[in-house]
Amino acid sequence: MTNTNDTLAPGTIGRRRAAALPEQPPQLWKSVKPKKAYDIVIVGGGGHGLATAYYLAKNHGLTNIAVVEKGWLAGGNTARNTTIIRSNYLWDESAAIYEHSLKLWETLEEDLGYEMFFSQRGVLTLAHSVSDVRLKRRNLYANALNGIDSEWLTPEEVKKLVPIINISEDVRYPVHGATYQPRGGIAKHDWVAWGYAKAASDLGVDIIQGTEVTGFDIRNNKVHGVHTSQGTIAAGKVGLVAAGHSSLLANLAGFSIPIQSRPLQALVSPLLEQVLNTVVMSGAVHVYVSQAHKGELVMGAGTDAFNSYAQRGGFHVIEHQLAAALELFPIFSRAQVLRTWGGIVDIAPDASPIIGVTPVENLFINAGWGTGGFKATPGSGWVMAHTIAHGTPHELNKPFALDRFLTGHLIDEHGAAGVAH
Amino acid sequence: MLYIPCPHCGLRNETEFHYGAEAGVAYPDPNALADSEWAKYLHIRANPKGWLAERWVHFAGCGRWFNLWRNTVTHEIGPAYLPFTEQPKAPGNIGQEGPKA
Ligand SMILES: Cc1cc2nc3c(=O)[nH]c(=O)nc-3n(C[C@H](O)[C@H](O)[C@H](O)COP(=O)(O)OP(=O)(O)OC[C@H]3O[C@@H](n4cnc5c(N)ncnc54)[C@H](O)[C@@H]3O)c2cc1C
Ligand SMILES: [Zn+2]
Repeated sequence: MTNTNDTLAPGTIGRRRAAALPEQPPQLWKSVKPKKAYDIVIVGGGGHGLATAYYLAKNHGLTNIAVVEKGWLAGGNTARNTTIIRSNYLWDESAAIYEHSLKLWETLEEDLGYEMFFSQRGVLTLAHSVSDVRLKRRNLYANALNGIDSEWLTPEEVKKLVPIINISEDVRYPVHGATYQPRGGIAKHDWVAWGYAKAASDLGVDIIQGTEVTGFDIRNNKVHGVHTSQGTIAAGKVGLVAAGHSSLLANLAGFSIPIQSRPLQALVSPLLEQVLNTVVMSGAVHVYVSQAHKGELVMGAGTDAFNSYAQRGGFHVIEHQLAAALELFPIFSRAQVLRTWGGIVDIAPDASPIIGVTPVENLFINAGWGTGGFKATPGSGWVMAHTIAHGTPHELNKPFALDRFLTGHLIDEHGAAGVAH
Repeated sequence: MLYIPCPHCGLRNETEFHYGAEAGVAYPDPNALADSEWAKYLHIRANPKGWLAERWVHFAGCGRWFNLWRNTVTHEIGPAYLPFTEQPKAPGNIGQEGPKA
């Protein structure tokens, strides 16, 4: 069901038919009141929490599960992100988990029976200096060793793929080449959350919105339930999947995690004719851009410098990003900014996620995806479900344990994570 | 854009500063600590929803470090103060470790 009619051949531009969205079923998930007790409570109804619930039901046959969300489904980072999907990370541990996720994306629409506009239009990551080129090539060789599709493109090859890009030498940040992952792409973020919610609900999972977790019932260092704005819900096991609010919840459960919460912003233009059919990222100049299904340009900016829970960022961050974007894509000077927004991202010291057991028995955590976790939604849910079902991590998330900050075995992805994902 | 009161230069644009996270974390003696305490010193910093005392450096001005109370929800700026001086009282609720019911 991978959507192809919104995807032009690479390098072509032109007019498309107005993109029609498929009809939604009359009901996506059942609206329920929380029961008194569940086998498993997942805190956080973003993509990762919903995917966790779905794979618990589908892969492990566990269905007495509630997903408890303080706001509305996917109202956190899941439906605020720029939806770039790729797996060309530097270290073996990251490559393995992100590639597992990308493989899941490739059959996800069939698996969930729900369209998500997953479009493998390819992701370009630009290099702008000699050292940038060296770093990107190193990344490329690491990808090759891990069997991940990734190739080097010269500026002229970049231009062929993206005719509107400026490859002139005469700019502040000239394009010296790029890595290209053809299997990378984008998807429609809210539909991804809805697809997981629908599939989980169909398997018997309760999805409870507008309910905030305010504390934990912990006795003898073992969790027995969660306190919520709707009363206490007993639980055999609890999974924390709360992105920017993870450290607050960990503190409520009596332990600390190395997470700082920062605003990350994005913006869209009005609907435009198709001019860009590849995802273009540049860590050096803080730009990442794609043109979504309906025709809006979707661009991500950098994070604000300071900790915040305000879900909005400084305008100077947007200005900085647009200045760089205009140099790369002079044609964008004719476009307008329609809307900007921010999400609160959960940043770990090594820009890698924390997935696994916690100091509290039967309490599990999945956090720290920071600026780049949308691409990992299926893979993250898959390994989190395994971790909760078995009480021990899956092979793929073993290296991402909380205790790596004790052992010193960090997985530093600041380079491959780019500025923002 | 925040306007940040540098104790030496006065009110300046946020873009003249770099951020230094939680203020007042003392440098411990690594040899006197258990591994878990050292890991905590290296990696754990306060991340409250509310008032936070934090470090900033005015790199594009006087180049000096100072501390500042700032609210992480409203972005209100509280008093600034110099390192190793007495910390002014927090302008409001602190240590709000989690969401309130
Ligand atoms: C502007 C922006 C651009 C991004 N671009 C990309 C990109 O291009 N590619 C990419 O891979 N990633 C990107 N990301 C990162 C990505 O969005 C996240 O890593 C990912 O969506 C996290 O999913 P999640 O389900 O863990 O978090 P969320 O979707 O944030 O879900 C967490 C949920 O927990 C809920 N919650 C919190 N506290 C409580 C509580 N006490 N009780 C109940 N519920 C609670 C929240 O309301 C929220 O809905 C971007 C992020 C932003 C903000
Ligand atoms: Zn100064």
